Amino acid sequence: MKVREIVDSLRLKVLAGETGLDKEVNGVYTCDLLSWVMSHGKQGNAWITVQIHPNVIAVASLLEFSCVIVPEDIDVEEITLNKANDEAIPVLQSSLNAYELCVELNKLGA
Amino acid sequence: MDELLNVKYDVASGDFIRGGEASSNIKKLLQQLGVRNDIIKRICVACYEAEMNIVIHSVGGYIEAKVFSDRIEITAFDNGPGIENIDLALQEGYSTASNLAREMGFGGGMGLPNIKRSCDEFYIDSKVGEYTKIKIIVYLK
Repeated sequence: MKVREIVDSLRLKVLAGETGLDKEVNGVYTCDLLSWVMSHGKQGNAWITVQIHPNVIAVASLLEFSCVIVPEDIDVEEITLNKANDEAIPVLQSSLNAYELCVELNKLGA
Repeated sequence: MDELLNVKYDVASGDFIRGGEASSNIKKLLQQLGVRNDIIKRICVACYEAEMNIVIHSVGGYIEAKVFSDRIEITAFDNGPGIENIDLALQEGYSTASNLAREMGFGGGMGLPNIKRSCDEFYIDSKVGEYTKIKIIVYLK
């Protein structure tokens, strides 16, 4: 499944990284402790996090995550979005909370 | 033994915006050298944690990567403040990170344990008020 399909199905708002929307999603991971994510996240994961600072993109890029999903309509710092554009990592925003996002992503088969 | 790569990146204290760039550059160079993905992943984890340790805890330092035909060596050096009790710092969950760093999702006390787990050889040396030096080696064979 591509990031684009998740965006369309869950009506997510694309805040940045549009050039990465055709990346393949391989599983979902949710956690806000960056060291934990660093040691447990897997390539292709869609990452749900409430963290919005630019280092999120460094982690997502190093682990080659397919996208970052920010729950509960949290606004993301512009500097983070700029970095996401540079790295072609889609940053997506949803009104759902992290749990609800997991449920919906599971229904989609992500 | 032939040295295939030798790079060094300065890491600034408190720079959460650029923090991770040294690791990202090293990752790209390793990919260009055709290093196996699972090894790159381990180097990425160790390198990122070491880099962020310099950003979060130190007054600044550098990350150096050397690649030989049989191993990768990463050295993270900073100019203080040093670690008082290394055994304690190596315990999972122990952290001296600031509240700001914790709010940003750092400071879980997992950095050094993650680094240690990611490598085949791990060396740490520190002198309070002077420096902390971490060296890790990952075998390529």
